[in-house]
Amino acid sequence: MTSDIILQANHIEKYFYDPEEFKVLNDISFSVKKGEFATLVGKSGSGKSTLLYILSTMDTDYKGELIIDGIMVTGKKQNELAALRNEKIGFVFQFHYLLNEFSCLQNIMIPALRLGNYSKKEIEERAYEKLKLLGLQDQALKTASKLSGGQQQRVAIARALINDPLIIMGDEPTGNLDSKNSDIVFDTFQMLAHEQNQTIIAVTHDNDFANKSDRIIEMMDGKIINCLKKK
Amino acid sequence: MKTHYNHNIDTNISITYVVANKKITLVAALGVTIGISIFIFMNSLGSGFVKKSNKTIFNNTPHIRVYKDDEISKSIITPKDSNSLVLISNPTVIPKSEQIVNPERIITLLRAQPEVTYVTPEIAVKVFYNSGMSQVSGDASGLEIAEASKMFNIKPSMIQGRMEDIETHSNGILLGVGIASKINAKTGDNISITSSKNITKVMKVVGIFKTNSSIVDKTKSYIGINAAQQLLGENANYITNIDVNVQDFNKAADYSAKFSALTNYKAEDWKAANSDQLNGFKMRGIIIFAMSLSILLVAGFGTYNILNMTITHRINDIAILKAMGFKGWDVIKIFVLQGTLIGLMGIAVGLLIGGVMVYFASKIYMGPDQGYFPIVLDYMVFINASLFGLVVCFFASYLPARKAANVDPVSILRK
Ligand SMILES: Nc1ncnc2c1ncn2[C@@H]1O[C@H](COP(=O)(O)OP(=O)(O)OP(=O)(O)O)[C@@H](O)[C@H]1O
Ligand SMILES: [Mg+2]
Repeated sequence: MTSDIILQANHIEKYFYDPEEFKVLNDISFSVKKGEFATLVGKSGSGKSTLLYILSTMDTDYKGELIIDGIMVTGKKQNELAALRNEKIGFVFQFHYLLNEFSCLQNIMIPALRLGNYSKKEIEERAYEKLKLLGLQDQALKTASKLSGGQQQRVAIARALINDPLIIMGDEPTGNLDSKNSDIVFDTFQMLAHEQNQTIIAVTHDNDFANKSDRIIEMMDGKIINCLKKK
Repeated sequence: MKTHYNHNIDTNISITYVVANKKITLVAALGVTIGISIFIFMNSLGSGFVKKSNKTIFNNTPHIRVYKDDEISKSIITPKDSNSLVLISNPTVIPKSEQIVNPERIITLLRAQPEVTYVTPEIAVKVFYNSGMSQVSGDASGLEIAEASKMFNIKPSMIQGRMEDIETHSNGILLGVGIASKINAKTGDNISITSSKNITKVMKVVGIFKTNSSIVDKTKSYIGINAAQQLLGENANYITNIDVNVQDFNKAADYSAKFSALTNYKAEDWKAANSDQLNGFKMRGIIIFAMSLSILLVAGFGTYNILNMTITHRINDIAILKAMGFKGWDVIKIFVLQGTLIGLMGIAVGLLIGGVMVYFASKIYMGPDQGYFPIVLDYMVFINASLFGLVVCFFASYLPARKAANVDPVSILRK
């Protein structure tokens, strides 16, 4: 495991103004290393999702700075951020957000087709690999809407992996999964972090899931109160 | 340098959306189809009207008429130095002959122009047609019937007698059907006509014609040049107008300026001669176009609504695509292409239906007076319909697409 810093947050602050001014994030500074599997925990409403959306570059309305892969992300234009997300960040949500009219395989291929680093045939092969990784190779040609909830969530994870992103972020990615599926996802994340040197940042309410990860970042009232490093 | 592949994923998604929601696609396309068909039908009708009115005008008016213009006396004569007075008088027409001097030379000159098809001298005479007690006022045209027939389509409009007889009878006259019925004259009858110079002449009706303009039929008659000269008490060289037809009557205004310079007489094109009537036609054309365009716009609103609906329906897709790194521009492309595909389908079918409608309408015979239904298949109408249809569909999808492109993924995905 190398010790390069892949993501660095400096003094991040965010306010919501509706219904009244409210400081959601208060002076958040931390960094995540390459190959690290970090979990973000804390009480409901503590600002985990809000922070994660800022880290994912989707939310640009904050103070402070964010550096991803050595690039100052703060202040970049929307289109540049989109390109950066496409190439370097994979995102998984609590809900799967698959495109219902497309097959599982096509859903997984979409970010790679957008990126265009491989030929269509190569992309298809890679998409099959990701499906296999999550135990879904039999479902490849089914329309996304015809799968079970757990299967859909795993397809969404496979989709987040297709471009071999530097960072995979998840907002309660296992929130809707049973313990068996949850374990598959955990093992996959761990394998990606430890064998492929990809970085995982996942929000979770599942204590087992958090305890098994490399590092737990605990939040309370918009602040980081604990930054446990286990190894 | 890595190779970069362009997989046209936007197009792919667009087509999938079009195919996935067949019902919605068809409803939107149907709206466009109806709009395009009506646009084509109405504008073809407009073209038909124009063609028919032009035909009516050209039954009576040459493309260009060369004549001697009235000169008006100057109303103010300004002094050359401060000692003399300013002279002010009523402007009046300077009384001069309307004769064209040396018409043969001018006719030869005009015939030599490459764009000219027919040239014929003409003498316009204001007359009264008398028969017994009844008297009808009108215009007699003295002209060379063979050339004039080609210009004004006289021969096909004959309903009695023979047009050519006007050449053999020096006193022959061809009467409009309206005059003939008013003064109760038929072919072979003698009638007397009186000119504005108060010269009366007995003429023999050698034929009766009927155009599609009742005003012409009620006033117009054709006589020989000599007869016209006699009616005006003028010599054998007297000509008032020279009528000219050109290959492309739409360019008549340009040619008239040229002919004016060439002949030193006033050359007036048919549009100037009929400007009142043509302004009316122009208004009618504008109204037809505006109405048919509004119908296309309404069809566009249909597409707009359906795209708005689609976008609301697919807001999650849009958010996740943006989260995965699709740019605003990619999102616009997806939905504009969807709208354009709907538009293209609608337009293609609309062109077909519109064309078929026009074709069958043009075969409707409305009776001997009106002839066929005045509608023409004009390829420009089809080109316009396609262009306007596409532009309307483009904007009908661009506006909702732009909204979609600005969707904030966080606000959608955090739910
Ligand atoms: N768009 C918004 N406008 C105003 N307040 C907001 C908005 N989004 C979140 N908040 C508030 O910000 C705080 C943090 O919300 P956030 O979603 O980040 O919490 P969380 O830690 O992810 O909670 P949970 O574990 O329940 O998902 C909450 O108090 C929430 O009410
Ligand atoms: Mg949350």
